[in-house]
Amino acid sequence: MEPPSASLDPLASAAGGDGSPILSINGISKHFGSLIANQDISLSLHTGEIVALLGENGAGKTTLMNILFGHYRADSGSIEAFGKPLDQHSPEEALERGIGMVHQHFTLADNLSVLDNIMLGTESLWKPFSRRHGARKRLKQIMDDAGLSVDIDSPIRNLSVGERQRVEILKALYRDVRILILDEPTAVLTPQEVDDLFILLRSMASRGLAIIIISHKLHEVLSISDRVVVLRGGRVVGNARTAEVDRNQLAEMIVGRAVERPSVVARPAGEQLLALKAITVRDRTTRRATLNRIDLQIRAHEIVGVAGVSGNGQAALASVLSGLCTPDEGEFILQGEVMKRPTPRMLTGKGLARIPEDRHSQGVISEMSLWENLLLDELGQQPVWRMGLVLDRNMARHQACQLIEEYDVRCHNEEQPVGLLSGGNMQKLILARNLARSPDVILANQPTRGLDEGAISTVHSLLIDARNRGAGILLITEDLDELLRLSDRVVVMHDGHMSESLPGAGLTARELGLRMSGAFDNSPT
Amino acid sequence: MDILEILLGASFWAATLRIACPLIFATLGELICERAGVLNLGIEGIMTAGAMSGWLWVYNGGDLVSAVLFAATVGAMLGLLHASFTVSLGLSQHVTGIGITLLASSLSYFIIKMLLPESTSPPKVIPFQNIDIPVLSSLPFLGEALFSHTPLTYTALVMVPLAMYVLYRTPWGLAVRIAGENPVALEAQGIDVIRVRTLAVMLGSALMAVGGASLTISAFDAFYFGMINGRGWICVALVIFASWRPGKALLGALLFAGLDAFQVRMQQQAGAYIPYQFFLMLPYVLSIVAMVIVARRAEYPKALLKPYRRGERL
Repeated sequence: MEPPSASLDPLASAAGGDGSPILSINGISKHFGSLIANQDISLSLHTGEIVALLGENGAGKTTLMNILFGHYRADSGSIEAFGKPLDQHSPEEALERGIGMVHQHFTLADNLSVLDNIMLGTESLWKPFSRRHGARKRLKQIMDDAGLSVDIDSPIRNLSVGERQRVEILKALYRDVRILILDEPTAVLTPQEVDDLFILLRSMASRGLAIIIISHKLHEVLSISDRVVVLRGGRVVGNARTAEVDRNQLAEMIVGRAVERPSVVARPAGEQLLALKAITVRDRTTRRATLNRIDLQIRAHEIVGVAGVSGNGQAALASVLSGLCTPDEGEFILQGEVMKRPTPRMLTGKGLARIPEDRHSQGVISEMSLWENLLLDELGQQPVWRMGLVLDRNMARHQACQLIEEYDVRCHNEEQPVGLLSGGNMQKLILARNLARSPDVILANQPTRGLDEGAISTVHSLLIDARNRGAGILLITEDLDELLRLSDRVVVMHDGHMSESLPGAGLTARELGLRMSGAFDNSPT
Repeated sequence: MDILEILLGASFWAATLRIACPLIFATLGELICERAGVLNLGIEGIMTAGAMSGWLWVYNGGDLVSAVLFAATVGAMLGLLHASFTVSLGLSQHVTGIGITLLASSLSYFIIKMLLPESTSPPKVIPFQNIDIPVLSSLPFLGEALFSHTPLTYTALVMVPLAMYVLYRTPWGLAVRIAGENPVALEAQGIDVIRVRTLAVMLGSALMAVGGASLTISAFDAFYFGMINGRGWICVALVIFASWRPGKALLGALLFAGLDAFQVRMQQQAGAYIPYQFFLMLPYVLSIVAMVIVARRAEYPKALLKPYRRGERL
């Protein structure tokens, strides 16, 4: 361990762990229209402490931190940092007082260099020149001290997601922050990157940095934090030393009830619904095969899981099955019929439903209302179209209300724009739209990515119910736990190739991991 | 060969620089606005207003240098108007820009009509005169082509490295570039996005107005109706041609101006058997061709056209 850097040192000795809090948040409330985002939240933070702010999506974690950092102004309540109140409500003030924030969606300019991104805002805007040389030296020093490195002259667009996050952390360290807020820092990282990040956070905390980390992943919270504060529905519902709580207690606090992920019960599969025969798809520009002679079949009453590190052909597979791309070679057979040039509309008509990977861009139209979004797959169908021409709005709204209730989509009413829903509720809406017409084949691409525990178990139950009713489901996911719990059969993708299918029962994560790195039979040698 | 004769003449190159002068100012102005994330389609009107106000200042007895400053101030005020709609209120940049163009040009013509209701031929002023740079201007060919121009033309050329320096080497320039890429990043570093953008639009608009003024008090000596004649729109295209880089913007302005100077000379030589409209069209057609070739790879500032509103759900 290196010696503490000069900027952190005085504090570490002054407050020393369990002294008076360096940050106290008192009775913060914030409403967006009629939505209560935060209600009377109080929180404190000490030097060198890592506090996890835990809660489901929409519980108010990010809102609270945006208030602390000055993006939003609270309706009531006060914040005190280092003994003085924060009263300007601007990020400028927060930074000046030693509070930094790493946003979930990085605040970097892609076309600019790392150095430019870090230097922004650290000099007076009116200086006729910029001291880049000095900044470079100081940045190198900070990187050495913290034990992290990035190429400081490279433009952001060339960096990996993990590197970009390090740039965000460096941005904060460069400004001598003593309190660092990280909003869902692990959401975009690979497991290895998460480990590196946690080691870095630990070492920074041991040198006196106080850290607030927002998360909804229990195991991460348990491994990194000293203390955990749980939010639900905008209120604090739990506050405990991490060492004194276990996973189940936390899960219950988060959701407000006991949750358990459901699993499939084995049963024989039915007739074949969908088959791919020697499907090949080539990249338009490089002509490289993104799918290389793929064979796959999906039968009734079964869930076929697709495992693989992302970027190994899953996207191409999903777009073939959605009708967004016509394969260069091979046969795509749906319900016994060869689909020559499938279109999404044609496939929908033949009973295929899809849950797209990116629900914001492909699943919903954010600006439009819930009921309008529920019409998307059924454009031109009865009975919401009078004589096939005129939209019967009352009928459409009525149907929407039924679906919203049946699938428990939490919203104000059916007129609300979909973009305001939380991720879990948005996904439930997409499921409602797809499952309501009892599809025979369901393509579920990363159906629970970014969702919280409560929403995950709902999505899983819905998929299992659909399978038990007779649907065949293709489940593409990176969550191995999900894959193993839900799949009757598992196939593994690597570099555009697909393995023979393995029975889901008795399969272990370790075995899958090995195959995901490319160790299966029909890959080329 | 006629064409070769034209290209080898020093007067052709001098004319190219002269024609490029307003284009350089205005293109740099538009470039700064767009780098900050604000499309300024008010450019055509702002240039007209600059041309009118610069000329009017001199006509009323003001000196030439303060006329340039006056035109710049008028431009900056119109820029402030544009920014208050598009930046502070976050309204559509296209609609506001076209509105500003209509407002500023109509207002300019209106003012001229009010002040000079009688005049049939526009009154003339004494414009900037050519300054011969000692020694250099006596060089053969180069002297006439490069070193015998009005002060505004020299200024336009100096503006290019200056704009590069400001954008790439000063903290404010960095803030402007990030405002056009990812304004949230600016806010997260404690800088007021609205202020940075507003100031960039004002500065850019001031440059556009100076570009307009250079027509009435440097290149010509009077204010005519329809005198900007689409130069503003050309500058909007030149910014894309330049991929938002000042150096390439100079290149683009010179290219267009060169084509313009060339077509005038071709008209004189071939006007007898080819209709002159064909030559008038040439620079525009070739600009479109150049745009098609270059702009396919254009990297737009990511936040161009996107209004930024503070305190909204991020």
